Amino acid sequence: MERGPIESLVHRLFAGLYGIPVLGWLIPIVLVLGMVALAALVLIWLERKVSGHIQSRRGPLHNGPHGLLQTVWDALKLLVKEDIVPSSADRLIMLMAPFVVFTPAVLVYVVMPFGKGWTVANLNIGLLWVVSVLSLGPVGIILGGWGSHNKWSLLGGMRSAAQLISYEIPSVLALGAIVMMAGTMSMDGLVAAQDQYEFVLTPPGLIAFVVYLVTALAELNRNPFDLPEAESELVAGFVTEYSGFKFAIFFLAEFANLLALSMITVTVFLGGWQPPSVLFFLPDSAQLPGVFWFAIKTTVMVFVFQWIKWTLPRLRIDQMLNVCWKGLIPITLGNLALACVWLLLTEKSWAR
Amino acid sequence: MWTASDFLRQYLAVLIVGVVGAGLVGLLLAGSHLLRPARRQPEKHITYESGVDPVGSMWTQSQVRYYVFALLFVMFDVEAVFIFPWATRLEAYGLFGLIEMGIFVFILLLGLIYAWRKGVLKWV
Repeated sequence: MERGPIESLVHRLFAGLYGIPVLGWLIPIVLVLGMVALAALVLIWLERKVSGHIQSRRGPLHNGPHGLLQTVWDALKLLVKEDIVPSSADRLIMLMAPFVVFTPAVLVYVVMPFGKGWTVANLNIGLLWVVSVLSLGPVGIILGGWGSHNKWSLLGGMRSAAQLISYEIPSVLALGAIVMMAGTMSMDGLVAAQDQYEFVLTPPGLIAFVVYLVTALAELNRNPFDLPEAESELVAGFVTEYSGFKFAIFFLAEFANLLALSMITVTVFLGGWQPPSVLFFLPDSAQLPGVFWFAIKTTVMVFVFQWIKWTLPRLRIDQMLNVCWKGLIPITLGNLALACVWLLLTEKSWAR
Repeated sequence: MWTASDFLRQYLAVLIVGVVGAGLVGLLLAGSHLLRPARRQPEKHITYESGVDPVGSMWTQSQVRYYVFALLFVMFDVEAVFIFPWATRLEAYGLFGLIEMGIFVFILLLGLIYAWRKGVLKWV
């Protein structure tokens, strides 16, 4: 069958122009971005619902069933709000900040294994990619705090910098113990390494999991580590001078990050898209597709993060830094040694 | 015909996601620019300081503590650069690599203990 010129071009774009499937990429990329945007809307609603019920109130109730449309109306309202930039602010830096915060939040999803082979790009340095991209977010926060030319914002930005760089170290070291056990940094490889049992069920994995959970809370600026935007101390921290949709983008990014960190925790510690190993008695026919398990585990992790946020009070800045430098870093360094011992005990082939 | 390697393909996908992500922000902000009102009043553009006129400049002194922690961070984040590749090829390096890494981590730990004893980790 003879193809027309346009038809053949489309075909080539799908099948690969110089081996690059230009259009074939569009579907996963649009799916991932759409999922991030939609999930952020749903998560904001969920956050308000969960917080409401934890604090013996109901949360959003009136727009749509159980207030489901509340976030949509909020977003629309912010879209048509006047954008006020203080006359003394650095306009360019203030405009850059939402871009710098949001882009890494999306880039993390590139390596996420949503199901068997469901990855946009299975980078062999997957976990390192996740760590490095997530550490770009704070740069945007500092830019926003600096550019606003406001004391509250600057203080929020500085606190955020101190917090995020401090907690990055235990986070990286905790993940290092997992990389030792898996022997790979690729996210697919990490899931494959957990086909017998999840890493959280091993002693070094459990310690790494708990430490990572704490550092994830700090990286998300969530209670008990929400000092960068502590509303009772710093007005709104680094977002004080932001209004309109720039403000909304910070929160879109925050909830995209919440989802991303839940997914990373699930992938690295909880077996990713594989059914939980504690359910080994399930017959094979009852096993569900990987995406289903991934979604279930991620939802549980998101709930755990929200549960912690709305239960614990905020730490002081010196306490926050003490927990990290005097608590978590020595623990994770010890955990690396524990992981070595564990590998010597369990993997006979390794000890020579 | 020249075809892109797997490596190049993966990072091209990464690049596209990044560009699309940043483009999405740009699109939303531009869309909001078209929709939102702009009624300039000098009072609106004053820096917010809890409702009163701002006092002094924003360029106030900030604590040097923040920089100390930033320096400590640099010291420890270099560690990650070494630990990740070593952890990936753990089996290949075997006992030799294990001892090497043990010494490396021990030296870093000494640095942390030194900073601790010096009182650098105390927030004043």
